[in-house]
Amino acid sequence: MSENPKPVKRGYIRPLDLKHGKIELSHGGGGRAMSQLIDELFQPAFDNPYLRQANDQALLTRPDGRIVMATDSHVVSPLFFPGGDIGSLAVHGTLNDVATSGARPLWLSAGFILEEGFPLADLKRIVDSMAAAARAAGVPVVTGDTKVVERGKGDGVFINTTGVGVVPEGIEISGDRARPGDRILVSGFLGDHGVAIMSLRENLSFSTTIESDSAALHELIAAMVEAAPETHCLRDPTRGGLASTLNEIARQAGVGMIIREDDIPVREEVDAACELLGLDPLYVANEGKVVAICPPESADALLAAMRSHPLGATPRSSAK
Amino acid sequence: MKYVDEFRDGKVARTLAGTIADEVRPDRRYHLMEFCGGHTHAISRYGLRDLLPPGIRFIHGPGCPVCVLPIGRIDSAIELARDHGVILCSYGDTMRVPASGRTSLLRAKAEGADIRMVYSSADALKIARENPDREVVFFAIGFETTTPPTAVALRQARAEGLQNFSVFANHVLTPSAIQNILESPEVRELGTVPLDGFIGPSHVSTIIGSQPYEFFAEEFQKPVVIAGFEPLDVLQSVLMLVRQLNDGRAEVENQFSRAVTREGNLKAQGLVAEVFELRDRFEWRGLGEVPYSALRIRETFRDFDAEVRFDLPYRSVPDHKACECGAILRGVKQPQDCKVFGTVCTPDNPLGSCMVSAEGACAAHYTYGQFTKDSAVAEAS
Repeated sequence: MSENPKPVKRGYIRPLDLKHGKIELSHGGGGRAMSQLIDELFQPAFDNPYLRQANDQALLTRPDGRIVMATDSHVVSPLFFPGGDIGSLAVHGTLNDVATSGARPLWLSAGFILEEGFPLADLKRIVDSMAAAARAAGVPVVTGDTKVVERGKGDGVFINTTGVGVVPEGIEISGDRARPGDRILVSGFLGDHGVAIMSLRENLSFSTTIESDSAALHELIAAMVEAAPETHCLRDPTRGGLASTLNEIARQAGVGMIIREDDIPVREEVDAACELLGLDPLYVANEGKVVAICPPESADALLAAMRSHPLGATPRSSAK
Repeated sequence: MKYVDEFRDGKVARTLAGTIADEVRPDRRYHLMEFCGGHTHAISRYGLRDLLPPGIRFIHGPGCPVCVLPIGRIDSAIELARDHGVILCSYGDTMRVPASGRTSLLRAKAEGADIRMVYSSADALKIARENPDREVVFFAIGFETTTPPTAVALRQARAEGLQNFSVFANHVLTPSAIQNILESPEVRELGTVPLDGFIGPSHVSTIIGSQPYEFFAEEFQKPVVIAGFEPLDVLQSVLMLVRQLNDGRAEVENQFSRAVTREGNLKAQGLVAEVFELRDRFEWRGLGEVPYSALRIRETFRDFDAEVRFDLPYRSVPDHKACECGAILRGVKQPQDCKVFGTVCTPDNPLGSCMVSAEGACAAHYTYGQFTKDSAVAEAS
């Protein structure tokens, strides 16, 4: 037995070709190819202590207070659009669902369903953007999963994210709490995301300078909740737009609502695009706006808190 | 938004409504049929009924292309996609129209038929060019406004020798439908549908002009005002109709003078005449068989006629028993008279065609009309 055993020579693995490579079925197969995808792409991008444990699950310490959890699957087409992409959207969408309960988001999970043949360069772009969004929001992606489906059985990439957060003491935000006499506030221009996406759709392409408003709202919401803890409802008017959101709340709370068209902020470009397409801007999706419903006496404080945050710079209020 | 906001000005609308209220005679009612679903939608969306005096009654007409498409025609379209294996290109709002056996284009698509939603006939041509080994059929529906683009597509297909492209033509004509309503027993003999005047669709008249209405304004002594689709356009045309009726006049007047002329768009008319000819009869949902009320593709373009190419037989299929779409399309009933309105039949799950398109009387009433002043008062009392 030799005193200095030769170190075991590890087999050379060719690095992922992140420029020209494509997703193959083996990338979801649980074997070496999948490990490589995780090690060379996902792990470095999302890097944090939870992922570094390299387990199949994240071990989390139970936070104090009430926990909220929300999940959202993202299937947007096109994958890249002015103002964002499916990666940043997957982070923002779920964070906002958690945050509109008044919660502070703590962790995210990410599940990818990739289509065989999807360019690795595009995947890297999406993952980098997603990681940047999570980092900017200060919420780590603590666990994830990747599956690959055969060519033709997916649409490039689908991403599911789940978010967990904790609600501060004394905050009771829920759709059924809207009351007669409450005020309705929105945090800015409506319809930007929907119009930005539609402008790129096949058969419909029109040129516009509108960018998606995709953004993480939890910091704005934290400021709002701090300024007006008695706020009754918060919701992000995503698919279906402001009108569907208010309809949902009206049904949930058993109240009627009156909103003044003149008080609702819509960019002229969005208005024009909607006119052309026969759409109502109130029904068009947003990804970085929040609707708040509060007692009339808190409206001024809430409005001031919104105005002092960059994401709520153009809020309006309306009677209810 | 310039050139749009001006026609939606609430203050001007209230002033106009005030003038109408001043001019209507308290001793009579004014039954005005807005023929087109676009007007039905505008009246509901902008709450115009709430602005107007109770003597003004709107009667919804059959001018919604999706609503009047009979079940048999949708069945044929589904047959094309399912049994003939074609790529069927359809406008979006046709996708959910109920067909026989609880199916629809959307359901057929979910079951595997290759049905694609397009925004124009040009999109369908593009799909045909991109799929040279597949048959591509454009499911053409609509009134006079959508007919010229279909004619252009047919001409282009022939010029390019696009052998795999054909059109399943279902284009219908506004004046014939109005005449049919005026000649219906409900209007002529029974008097169950009182009709004093018509609000005519301006977009149709940008193509056909205002002239085609002159005949029945004279023959049936009913005033017609060609109106735009913005709320102020509709209110102004109501005022024009009130004035005509007060004066005992029955003329064709043009409220939409910013785009409509007496003759219309002669070039578009020429294109349509080159490609299409009148059908002897055509079934409308609600109106039944209406003579000379639709167009078919001319002999010279028959190679591109899907009905000829696939030898499509036509089978007439009655509407669902509980559905009142037929009566609503004839102006005999209102959406709220229908037992299934808002219960079994909703925009998400339409039983009848009037609940499908945003222009359908039921869909407009479901979306906007349920919560107006009148209905709130009715519910409270």
